[in-house]
Amino acid sequence: MDLTLKVWRQASSETEGEFKTYPASNVSPDASFLEMLDEVNEHLNEIGEEPIAFDSDCREGICGTCGLMINGYPHGPQDGTATCQLHMRKFNDGDSITIEPWRATAFPVLRDLIVDRSPFDEIIQAGGYISVNTGAAQDANNLPVPKEAADASMDAAACIGCAACVAACPNSAANLFTAAKMQQLNLLPQGNPERYSRAVAMVETMEQYFGSCTNHGECEKACPKNISIDFIGMMNRDYVKAQFKFTARDAQNKGK
Amino acid sequence: MTTQHSPNPGSPALDPKIPPGPIQDRWDDHKFSVKLVNPANKRKYDIIVIGTGLAGASAAASFGELGYNVKVFTHNDSARRGHSIAAQGGINAAKNYRNDGDSIYRLFYDTVKGGDFRSRETNVYRLAQVSNEIIDQTVAQGVPYAREYGGLLDNRSFGGAQVSRTFYARGQTGQQLLLGAYQALMRQVEIGPVELYTRSEMLEVAVKDGRAVGVVVRDLVTGEITAHSAHAVVLATGGYSNVYFLSTNAMNCNATAVWRAHRKGAYFANPCFTQIHPTCIPASDEHQSKLTLMSESLRNDGRIWVPVDPDDRRAPNDIPEDERDYYLERQYPAFGNLVPRDVASRAAMRMIEQNRGIGPLKNGVYLDFGEAIGRLGRAKIEERYGNLFEMYERITDEDPYEVPMRIYPAPHYTMGGLWVDYNLMTTVPGLYAIGEANFSDHGANRLGASALMQGLADGYFVIPNTINDYLSDYLNTKPVPTDDEVFMQAVAQVREREQQFLDINGTRSVDYFHRRLGHLMIDYCGLARSREGLEKAIAEIQALKEEFWRDLKVLGTNDSLNQSLERAGRVADFLELAELMCRDALDREESCGGHFRVEHQTEDGEAKRDDEDYAFVSAWEWVDSATPQALHKEPLTFEYVPPSQRSYK
Repeated sequence: MDLTLKVWRQASSETEGEFKTYPASNVSPDASFLEMLDEVNEHLNEIGEEPIAFDSDCREGICGTCGLMINGYPHGPQDGTATCQLHMRKFNDGDSITIEPWRATAFPVLRDLIVDRSPFDEIIQAGGYISVNTGAAQDANNLPVPKEAADASMDAAACIGCAACVAACPNSAANLFTAAKMQQLNLLPQGNPERYSRAVAMVETMEQYFGSCTNHGECEKACPKNISIDFIGMMNRDYVKAQFKFTARDAQNKGK
Repeated sequence: MTTQHSPNPGSPALDPKIPPGPIQDRWDDHKFSVKLVNPANKRKYDIIVIGTGLAGASAAASFGELGYNVKVFTHNDSARRGHSIAAQGGINAAKNYRNDGDSIYRLFYDTVKGGDFRSRETNVYRLAQVSNEIIDQTVAQGVPYAREYGGLLDNRSFGGAQVSRTFYARGQTGQQLLLGAYQALMRQVEIGPVELYTRSEMLEVAVKDGRAVGVVVRDLVTGEITAHSAHAVVLATGGYSNVYFLSTNAMNCNATAVWRAHRKGAYFANPCFTQIHPTCIPASDEHQSKLTLMSESLRNDGRIWVPVDPDDRRAPNDIPEDERDYYLERQYPAFGNLVPRDVASRAAMRMIEQNRGIGPLKNGVYLDFGEAIGRLGRAKIEERYGNLFEMYERITDEDPYEVPMRIYPAPHYTMGGLWVDYNLMTTVPGLYAIGEANFSDHGANRLGASALMQGLADGYFVIPNTINDYLSDYLNTKPVPTDDEVFMQAVAQVREREQQFLDINGTRSVDYFHRRLGHLMIDYCGLARSREGLEKAIAEIQALKEEFWRDLKVLGTNDSLNQSLERAGRVADFLELAELMCRDALDREESCGGHFRVEHQTEDGEAKRDDEDYAFVSAWEWVDSATPQALHKEPLTFEYVPPSQRSYK
């Protein structure tokens, strides 16, 4: 296959970027999208132009490191697929492909196609965990977890933290990520004691960085793990309930 | 090529510090006898952790919980991305929830035997002991393990075991365990004791007066080089399978941290013990950047076969039962498709060698779910392996529910690593290695679902209880200041090396050299090794190294994000490590586990160990760039599991 690539090049977060056009020739349909870019980079290195910087690591769709806007779609045209799992057989000979980094104010471009997604870590840091110190646990089978709860939790926990949901959202909202990470814990009995404080901490941290959700549903469509926006509904429920609970508790404390 | 044998096998530098007494009591006795640091004093100590995979994240989180000051570094953009995340199948523990005869002793026994009697019994026993605590801990953290309808934990079986002791979270067990450790770590970042540095790569260890006192790190975004000091340094930087270029490891997995430590005095143990995993998707062409593993758990329900007739060109579903050779079931009736990885990989290799491979390049064997789908129904198979099947279909464009998978062995895990004693300390005092980065528990072959177990055992339960023994001697001492000469020198070394890469200005990319190195290693130091091949490989690696330093082309600068420059350093270190792997393989005149010397095999082609002469750990000491490493030996004794020829028949 012979392709034309329009690639976003930007030296650093301080400099302006621009699209540059590169040919990609003799591409094997069995190559992955990132292997195609590897080949282009080999060629660029040969002719003395700095290779295109892009993030990738496991290249099997689980680590969440990679992520490119391909013809305007996060992770490209194939549903339920991370960029590294996309293969060139999904394109046609002669295609022109536009490749950009994730676009969101919260994710500054570090170089070319690499962005800084550290606000995701901040959301986890705010409360995306169960507070249990090493060594303090009881026997694992002392606490039965209904299979349905474990399965639903696992559905949420499949999130790879790639941020395609943010890139897809017209508001650059991070609700799908935050909801998945929150509900993974809130759906389990182990996560119940911190359920409402977790909801408040994670949502409020999210809102410091990201836009608001207006229910477009683009995030679900873009998610390489097909995570459902139902989790956003569950997050909203927990957050609203938390407001009542905490307001009631505050009022009680004031009365004392 | 001659290798240097140390005049004193069991060299005094290699005291494994194995506690005395019955093996069941050693870990508890040891925890009691080591020196402690009292809770109020812990905040007076600084610990550096390199790496945030399972071992690094769990260690850093646990240190934070104990009250130490921790700095943790990862080259990834987040602490949630270490390659532990890609482990699919599960984690072993000796819970005996299935009432099928499992016990700590059996897990210990299976692991020593599975490692082909080249691991340290006492370490393995401890691993089996803490395996149960890992399950308790991770369940409490909210890891969504698979459950039965009664709400209790489900198990499945794995290669090399005749009991069901593997706990799992769909096909994403490593992901879920890593996220659990990452979340525990982020909690400590929030509380305060842990400082996390992302996109930061360790490039040098600082050693002063024979002790590790800190590290030198490159900020991968700005290129800034900084020194960091601490009372102790813990390396949790994973394995070196990427020396083969094509492996199942993530693109950025590398050996630089352990190699830099080796050059500063840490002995490298059993470098030739590598694991080639039997169930990976075969390569499709020469541009392939990595190989993808299909979890070994698939062998629970999938049956491996090749056509009886090597020239059979029919589609697999058109080949009738009696014209298929289910060679594992035929050769190993007791374990069948669940033989250990090394045995399964070599059996597949023999099929390809006999020209009985399948697929367009005749480079695979079938893994067939037809029978299991017929027996259990498609829904059950989908529940067990759905995500793996999807992953396979994306890569190959073939539907494994309809057509058998094609699989072939690929480099996957390295049992070798930095030599450590029972406390997980290397031969450099104050420098520790945990997880895949050390050599400790898997001998010459690792059993499935044991890597997650070892990473978390080391991080959650072992090192938090052993590091205090060293630290207590340094109470009320300040870490060496980062403007000390030792740090200045280390920083200068790192800068100089970077400049060298940029100044070569040759014609070939880093990947060009890496690919060539990978070819040499898989051909001569892969599934089968011979004296002739290894000698040839050593000569060719040396020539390739010379060419690398003469003809490498790295564009760009060192004060910006420069991925070619990052890779250049990693490949330069792989070139040196590759040579040591070959020399170790050459020195070990026996076959054991993943190390198969063609000169040493039984009549039916199985590995032939030599317990008389080779029941030791090879620990290689760096001398200087011009002199080959010196070999030291840690003798291995087996008091509880008498060495026997492994038989899975």
